[in-house]
Amino acid sequence: MGLRFGIGRLSAIGAGAALSVALTASAYAQEPVKLGIVSFLTGPAAVPFGVPGRNAAELIIDAINKGSLPAPYNSKGLGGASIEARYVDEAGSTANQVTEYRNLVQRDGVDAVVGYVSSGNCLAVAPVAEEMKTITVLYDCGTPRIFEEDPNHKYVFRVTPTATMDSVGAARYVVDKKGDIKSFSGLNQNYAWGQDSWRDFVLAMKALAPNATVDRELFPKFLAGEYGAEITSLLTSEAELVHSSFYGGDLESFVAQATGRGLSQRKTMIFSCGESAMFRLGNRMPDGTIIGGRGPHGVLARESELNTWFQKEYAARFGTPPTYPSYHMAQSILGLKAAWDKAAAAKNGARPSTDEIIAAFEGLEFDGPSTRISMARANGHQGISETAYGVFKFNKEANRPEVVDIVRYPAECVNPPDGVTSQEWLEGGMKGAKCD
Amino acid sequence: MLHLVDPENSFVLLALAILTDGLVYAAYLFIVAIGLSLIFGVMKILNVAHGAFYAFGAYCAATAAGMYFDKGLPEAGGFLAMALAALAVGLVLGLLLERTILRFVYGKDEVIIVLVTYAAFLILEDVIIIIWGPSSLSAYQPLIAAGNFMLGPLILSGYDLGLVLLAIFLAIGSFLGLRHTRYGRLLTAVIFDRETAAAFGVNVTLFFTITFIIGAMLGALGGAVMAPKISVTLGIGVEVIVLAFAVVAVGGMGSIEGALVGALIVGLCRAAAVHMLPQVELFVIYAVMAFVLVFRPHGLFTRAQPRKI
Repeated sequence: MGLRFGIGRLSAIGAGAALSVALTASAYAQEPVKLGIVSFLTGPAAVPFGVPGRNAAELIIDAINKGSLPAPYNSKGLGGASIEARYVDEAGSTANQVTEYRNLVQRDGVDAVVGYVSSGNCLAVAPVAEEMKTITVLYDCGTPRIFEEDPNHKYVFRVTPTATMDSVGAARYVVDKKGDIKSFSGLNQNYAWGQDSWRDFVLAMKALAPNATVDRELFPKFLAGEYGAEITSLLTSEAELVHSSFYGGDLESFVAQATGRGLSQRKTMIFSCGESAMFRLGNRMPDGTIIGGRGPHGVLARESELNTWFQKEYAARFGTPPTYPSYHMAQSILGLKAAWDKAAAAKNGARPSTDEIIAAFEGLEFDGPSTRISMARANGHQGISETAYGVFKFNKEANRPEVVDIVRYPAECVNPPDGVTSQEWLEGGMKGAKCD
Repeated sequence: MLHLVDPENSFVLLALAILTDGLVYAAYLFIVAIGLSLIFGVMKILNVAHGAFYAFGAYCAATAAGMYFDKGLPEAGGFLAMALAALAVGLVLGLLLERTILRFVYGKDEVIIVLVTYAAFLILEDVIIIIWGPSSLSAYQPLIAAGNFMLGPLILSGYDLGLVLLAIFLAIGSFLGLRHTRYGRLLTAVIFDRETAAAFGVNVTLFFTITFIIGAMLGALGGAVMAPKISVTLGIGVEVIVLAFAVVAVGGMGSIEGALVGALIVGLCRAAAVHMLPQVELFVIYAVMAFVLVFRPHGLFTRAQPRKI
């Protein structure tokens, strides 16, 4: 009799202990959220974009799990559930990336994917995301074609504005600051990114400075590395302004060779992706170069508690300040968190369904580390924000690169309005742009 | 100031620009292609791993530059350090590759040999990631140190002039080496008829090893020499193989004169395209190659092979 009683009491105590351990062992009452993060970890796009993006993901996800972000992101997890990240290298062919995406969803069972730098990969993965009904946030790719070719995306979101914004911002800055431009030249990589960036810049300039003519249009091969002939062509041309959407190794090689031949003393250069290289180049970037950061990021960002936190934590962890790809990743994950938290709050903390998260994400307005994002295009799936451009100056006393003369352009000034494609808007003279 | 160069005369300026840019690009191509041409001429191996030798040379030179410069030592020593680092890595890699992989595929089908060297290239590219990680290196100090100078209205880089001089030095060195040294003459014999040379007692296997090592060292030197101009990052080996192959195809495999003339033709055509019709710049190199091969399928400087029965 005593034994049965003892066993019963032991069982009760055991069960009670087990229950209390289960309740206190994790602060989350739910299963973790599995998040796939896709970014270039190897290859020429890794150093300027892929790795900064991946590092930002690691930092933000860690902070979300600890609840250590500043408000309004200071709650733990996504709707209370911790994030388990799975990192995938974006290197390899587009077909490879589609396979990796399917693996993430089918083999690894991710609940959402945040990734993709290459526009080619974005275009290939978007329909697969719709097919596999998995929320996918494209974090860095710039092509407007994702939502312009098919406006009926349900599962695909992009927080980061399109590359059209970069070219329009560049043209506006140049016209505002340089006044009467007679002619300009372009040096862009001979593939979709370079061609589209140049086309958009030329169209924007035509609308803003109709008397300016196009001088040299140079399209060296991507990763060409040797730009002697191009530099000679620019040196001997009339145009005083040179536009380039170069990035990574090509940008660094070009700057090295151009500086060696005095190009920067004779021409004004505008690098639409220059911000991503400014810390690596340091004092090798010529003073007076106009640089953009595909948005108001890094040194172009507004002061805020979130930005201060982000810059401090990123530099402490990775030894270098965050550049724009890091901001793109941060704002993409934070946008997802904002939507997820909102959907979960509407259910009193229960796990939201994919449809509920989508409904919360569409049309959402939230703060990234650098600026406010509004999911205001493509039925609430494409984000817009302001942009900023400035002039590079190396601060010799403080021994650090800086940007001065920063001008910000509001979102509705540099992004095409709803229902109009980028090309139509630019060819139509950017009608409807609200710039005050 | 040259009197020929009148800034008002834009045709002369254009011609001068094309000439100088073409020469610089040709020097770059020649330095990169000479090793490939040598290996193919002697061993009849299309060595895709040549791109990896170039990349290793660039990485090692950049690392050496990082260690040497900014220490207040004389600048000339830095150039030397970079070159030595590249030559050393070329020696090691060439020896390693030849002794461990290539000697087993001599005499096999050419496709097999290409596949083997391609596999070696892929492996070596990944070894670069293991050693140096995915970040990029820069070794810009020699480029800045060389300064620039005026040629009429054109501003040219002192470093580019150095490249042209190095290419000329390598070309002359190769001619003299092939014509006036015992090794060179035996090598020429091996290039033209391996079997007969072997029948006359030439140690063809030893020649293969030495030639491959020299080719690897030249490839690595090409990388070292270009490192100050570029950002040394993953993928630089790939671009170079394609260009080097185009030059060697135009000039003829195994011919130093061919590599020189091929580099000049390709360099000048590309410079002309950039200055006059930039849209075709990507295409012109391959157009030249196709054009030459239509009329001279073995390249410009290869003799027709008599058919052996």
